[in-house]
Amino acid sequence: MTDSKYFTTTKKGEIFELKAELNSDKKEKKKEAVKKVIASMTVGKDVSALFPDVVNCMQTDNLELKKLVYLYLMNYAKSQPDMAIMAVNTFVKDCEDPNPLIRALAVRTMGCIRVDKITEYLCEPLRKCLKDEDPYVRKTAAVCVAKLHDINAQLVEDQGFLDTLKDLISDSNPMVVANAVAALSEIAESHPNSNLLDLNPQSINKLLTALNECTEWGQIFILDCLANYTPRDDRESQSICERVTPRLSHANSAVVLSAVKVLMKFMEMLPKDLDYYGTLLKKLAPPLVTLLSAEPELQYVALRNINLIVQKRPEILKHEMKVFFVKYNDPIYVKLEKLDIMIRLASQANIAQVLAELKEYATEVDVDFVRKAVRAIGRCAIKVEQSAERCVSTLLDLIQTKVNYVVQEAIVVIKDIFRKYPNKYESVIATLCENLDSLDEPEARAAMIWIVGEYAERIDNADELLESFLEGFHDESTQVQLQLLTAIVKLFLKKPTETQELVQQVLSLATQDSDNPDLRDRGYIYWRLLSTDPVAAKEVVLAEKPLISEETDLIEPTLLEELICHIGTLASVYHKPPSAFVEGSRGVQHKRIPIRSGSGESSESQDTGGAPGATEAPAAVIPSQGDLLGDLLNLDLTPPTSTAGAPPGPPMPMGGMDLLGGGLDSLLGGDIGGSPSMGSGFGAPAAVMPSSLNAPVGGGLGDLFDLGGGVGMPMGTFVPPKTLWLPAMKGKGLEIMGTFARRAGVIQMEMTLTNKAMSVMTDFAIQFNRNSFGLAPAGPLQVPTPLSPNQTIDVSLPLNNGGPVMKMEPLNNLQVAVKNNIDVFYFSCQYPISMLFVEDGKMDRQVFLATWKDIPNENEAQFQINDCHLNSDAASNKLQGSNVFTIAKRTVEGQDMLYQSMKLTNGICVLTELRVQTGSPTYTVSLKCRAAEVSQCVFQCYEAALKN
Amino acid sequence: MIGGLFIYNHKGEVLISRVYRDDIGRNAVDAFRVNVIHARQQVRSPVTNIARTSFFHVKRSNIWLAAVTKQNVNAAMVFEFLYKMCDVMTAYFSKISEENIKNNFVLIYELLDEILDFGYPQNSESGALKTFITQQGIKSQHHSKDEQSQITSQVTGQIGWRREGIKYRRNELFLDVLESVNLLMSPQGQVLSAHVSGRVVMKSYLSGMPECKFGMNDKIVIDKQQGKGATSDDSAKSGKQSIAIDDCTFHQCVRLSKFDSERSISFIPPDGDYELMRYRTTKDIILPFRVIPLVREVGRTKLEVKVVIKSNFKASLLAQKIEVRIPTPLNTSGVQVICMKGKAKYKASDNAIVWKIKRMAGMKESQISAEIELLPTNEKKKWTRPPISMNFEVPFAPSGLKVRYLKVFESKLNYSDHDVIKWVRYIGRSGIYETRC
Repeated sequence: MTDSKYFTTTKKGEIFELKAELNSDKKEKKKEAVKKVIASMTVGKDVSALFPDVVNCMQTDNLELKKLVYLYLMNYAKSQPDMAIMAVNTFVKDCEDPNPLIRALAVRTMGCIRVDKITEYLCEPLRKCLKDEDPYVRKTAAVCVAKLHDINAQLVEDQGFLDTLKDLISDSNPMVVANAVAALSEIAESHPNSNLLDLNPQSINKLLTALNECTEWGQIFILDCLANYTPRDDRESQSICERVTPRLSHANSAVVLSAVKVLMKFMEMLPKDLDYYGTLLKKLAPPLVTLLSAEPELQYVALRNINLIVQKRPEILKHEMKVFFVKYNDPIYVKLEKLDIMIRLASQANIAQVLAELKEYATEVDVDFVRKAVRAIGRCAIKVEQSAERCVSTLLDLIQTKVNYVVQEAIVVIKDIFRKYPNKYESVIATLCENLDSLDEPEARAAMIWIVGEYAERIDNADELLESFLEGFHDESTQVQLQLLTAIVKLFLKKPTETQELVQQVLSLATQDSDNPDLRDRGYIYWRLLSTDPVAAKEVVLAEKPLISEETDLIEPTLLEELICHIGTLASVYHKPPSAFVEGSRGVQHKRIPIRSGSGESSESQDTGGAPGATEAPAAVIPSQGDLLGDLLNLDLTPPTSTAGAPPGPPMPMGGMDLLGGGLDSLLGGDIGGSPSMGSGFGAPAAVMPSSLNAPVGGGLGDLFDLGGGVGMPMGTFVPPKTLWLPAMKGKGLEIMGTFARRAGVIQMEMTLTNKAMSVMTDFAIQFNRNSFGLAPAGPLQVPTPLSPNQTIDVSLPLNNGGPVMKMEPLNNLQVAVKNNIDVFYFSCQYPISMLFVEDGKMDRQVFLATWKDIPNENEAQFQINDCHLNSDAASNKLQGSNVFTIAKRTVEGQDMLYQSMKLTNGICVLTELRVQTGSPTYTVSLKCRAAEVSQCVFQCYEAALKN
Repeated sequence: MIGGLFIYNHKGEVLISRVYRDDIGRNAVDAFRVNVIHARQQVRSPVTNIARTSFFHVKRSNIWLAAVTKQNVNAAMVFEFLYKMCDVMTAYFSKISEENIKNNFVLIYELLDEILDFGYPQNSESGALKTFITQQGIKSQHHSKDEQSQITSQVTGQIGWRREGIKYRRNELFLDVLESVNLLMSPQGQVLSAHVSGRVVMKSYLSGMPECKFGMNDKIVIDKQQGKGATSDDSAKSGKQSIAIDDCTFHQCVRLSKFDSERSISFIPPDGDYELMRYRTTKDIILPFRVIPLVREVGRTKLEVKVVIKSNFKASLLAQKIEVRIPTPLNTSGVQVICMKGKAKYKASDNAIVWKIKRMAGMKESQISAEIELLPTNEKKKWTRPPISMNFEVPFAPSGLKVRYLKVFESKLNYSDHDVIKWVRYIGRSGIYETRC
């Protein structure tokens, strides 16, 4: 007799029959009936009508039957709360049973019955069970507190269960400790600000002891809990790491990953020059590799996590390329992830092997995988310059296979290769053009059109090629339409004579027949550019493009840090913060890696690491204005400032000018009417616009230049007030007050000289000692002499940075000697480093991301600015005045993150992330720079600029 | 934590459904069926997010196990738990099949109640579970009070994998070193990647609570001992034999902190079968076989394939169950094979020539040649030439691992290390052993 028969009862009147059987006198029959009920419940039938009959079977000595009834109760109690009360007595009685298994069963089941009335009765038995002599009952009761909290949080607090639960952390039985930790961690998640877990060195020590003794699952609970702790200093951090490392050899992959999480997080706090730091790095690689021999599902989780780890600390796995080679039998999800990591690990040392592999993959069956492999070849070319040539020839080989999707994918990546290495591989264009007809995917078509437009002068029949695309213009996707528009404009600017008709056609298609605003706007902009100033149009449209950066798909640093704190969890699998996929507030606290701090200073770092705030908005990728703008002008990544603000470039040869002008006049004159003078600059675009088009374009264009603005524009540069540099006592009557300012791109040393002596002063001269940035007077000190007693004059001395360099302490210290007819006086002053921020310090977003990642973490410094009441926009404006440029802004969970860059006169770039919490006067500045010494100075100027 | 656990048959009918959290409703059962089991496309990920609910699934034969959650759970833990769940079910009723699950559904519910509480995995050692959850109804009512507390202390205790008071007349230990050697070789014979993943599997029938110590020729240990002033003879001898272990993981009975500090492997073993450790090596691997492929395309409708295999180990040893799979194109119409040894057959359903040799001694060579006739196709896509794969079994450890000792101490009972009968065996098998052609 087997149980499977219970799954096959489909008769009518079944409920009625069951009812009779449940009330049967025979025990066996009763049990059979309950089994049938459970089977029906499993397959989704509604058997709630049998509630009283099933509950009647509850009082039995047969534990198996009892468990079945409990199972039924858990499912249906909520729908029949009144009847569920009938069960209470049995539960209460069972909680007193001499058999610990039965006591635990009762308390476990009771917690699963989510009926308010029952929870009241649950309190007393639960209190007893929490202090039961048997650990099995205690560990069950610990979890029950979490269950009860989920139903009625207030009740749990009122009854003092939380304190009892805290006591269980010191229990002698490791499993009780583990379950208590799990329950407390869960409850703490819904009280983000309570100090429920109260992690301190003593309790951490208890947890670490229990870690050695409890089950694999308990170890996971404890490690996950440990990861939320912020050690006080590097020594504590190291000692925790030392006690966690043995877990890396556990057979359970989840234990290993959770241990990796703790280590990755706490490592941040260790000084990099510590021997132990290096040892730890070495210890991390083997277990990560071992995870790849687990079952495929776990491999997938491991690979998603390794992807994060490799971005955060590439050094750990840099020698392990081979283990990520794809196996023929790997499931597709493992293959795709491995491919991703291979690209991240690709370097000059291993590129030959990687390429051979990728070529192999490009012949596989799975279309997605093949596409990704082809793309990977392109990314290798961009990442490792030495391999570019081999990559291109590999791609050409693949194009020869004529497999449609391979060809298309290859063309898309070759476009990127052109962008990275201009004027190197254009010889392959002919091969690409042969495949023009087979392209049916928008991305590939757009890439091909871009290539044709970009290299129009080298392709004899470029006009024919583009014209062929134009025929079905309205059926194309937006991507292709935009690209086609730009390509034809490029073509026209390169070969004006033959292509007037074509350009007019595309402009009218884009502006008149399209209902896509992006396309129309771009059409209008081109039209306007061409009609007002073809030279400028050329400058804009054919501007030299910046090279594309190596890594394009990096996870943004803040998000990466957060994900590192979630290693092993779903967030690390999705590569999304928990708030993006978890409902409500539970479990979505924002986690951050702790900041490194020495043994001495400790308190400050804790509030950032420990107490997270609740969150709502899911994080998004940085929405960058730069991108939008680049896209509009099809410069992709060019910040338009360079062309927009600059004076018109090299003069065109007269012939060419005439040709263009004439062509344009006849071409566009009629449409626009009275087209204004050619050659006028961009200075006032709105003014030269014919009224008919003014509305749609003017605003856009104005915005456009606003965004790129800031070049040489006098803005509210922050000038610190003058301070006393040389008191009269020391200067034999000469008093000098001074400050520094940056005006119109020139650093000025502004001084007020007062003669407090009784005699006239003449023959002033000034000299600087060697200093960190080579500041030197750009001219002689212009003091109208004589300076009579009690006379005060203001002088301004322009400075340049061509002087001799010597590192000063502090960095921005300047030693000055002033001479007059009386004596030579020496004094030193400090200049705000913002004086050295140059006007073109705005970095491209991609470059910023890549640079941020590129700069080693030990160069990162973090500061806090207190009592600052600006909002992020105001802060951004203020800083912009000091040539601190905001590249992107992102809002996460009520926090505004400003990503900013600045460049010093000597070419040092400083990257910062400014975090502004709405409603909080404290800003956090994270700063990265290759020359870490400047951090302190930069911070000072942030503080000065923001508080001014 | 885990919000619910469902088991489906291949048609997507639910066989077991246990919900642990209030945020998981009955509709989750259907969502998984519709979006994953009945999905038209092949599953692209073992983790699926449907309407803010995450589903983790594994498949065993044609049974789907799915864990469901709405929270940011530890994903690695969920999968480890699902595997463990499979192990437990296998321990109770061997094969996981629809039939067995239906027959044991009451037992499965009981297990699920025990090993997952409010979505938190609890002790899931089948050895411990079997003491109080049985197929023949619950024993517990017949247990005496002592027995009951023994059960609970085992389930929650530090040594949750072993109960007290085990007695054997003959104390016996079986130790198997099982290795699978993996290789990916280029057609030119260059090793693209090779590693051994090994397992030490034990069967112990020991009385009491014995303390065991296991030693092998681990390079780090041997080097350390040499450092302590072993004789030069010793070091020269053992230095050659020691192997570099890249990484190893242990059964939860092994004291990890002791391994970390002293690199010694000590433990109180579970009773019966268990896997003591897993390890991985990549250096100085003995590759038992070398495959030399030669594929020639003769025109559009014919392929000539010649494959030579060479055995590369002591001539006195015998390899067994050798099987070479040579893939053939999809448009194969006929195959003629000639082989000197063993039997070879073209299997149209597998698109491969399968060549089987029962036994082969070391330092030997054998060869197969085949002519493959192809149907002309107008498909543009070239045949992708999957790698030639190989299976075999050899009576040694390709990593070079040697067991140095396995000592048993039981202070309370009167048997010593010498009284224990120990059996050691080495088996090397092919993992993914492929040569591209």
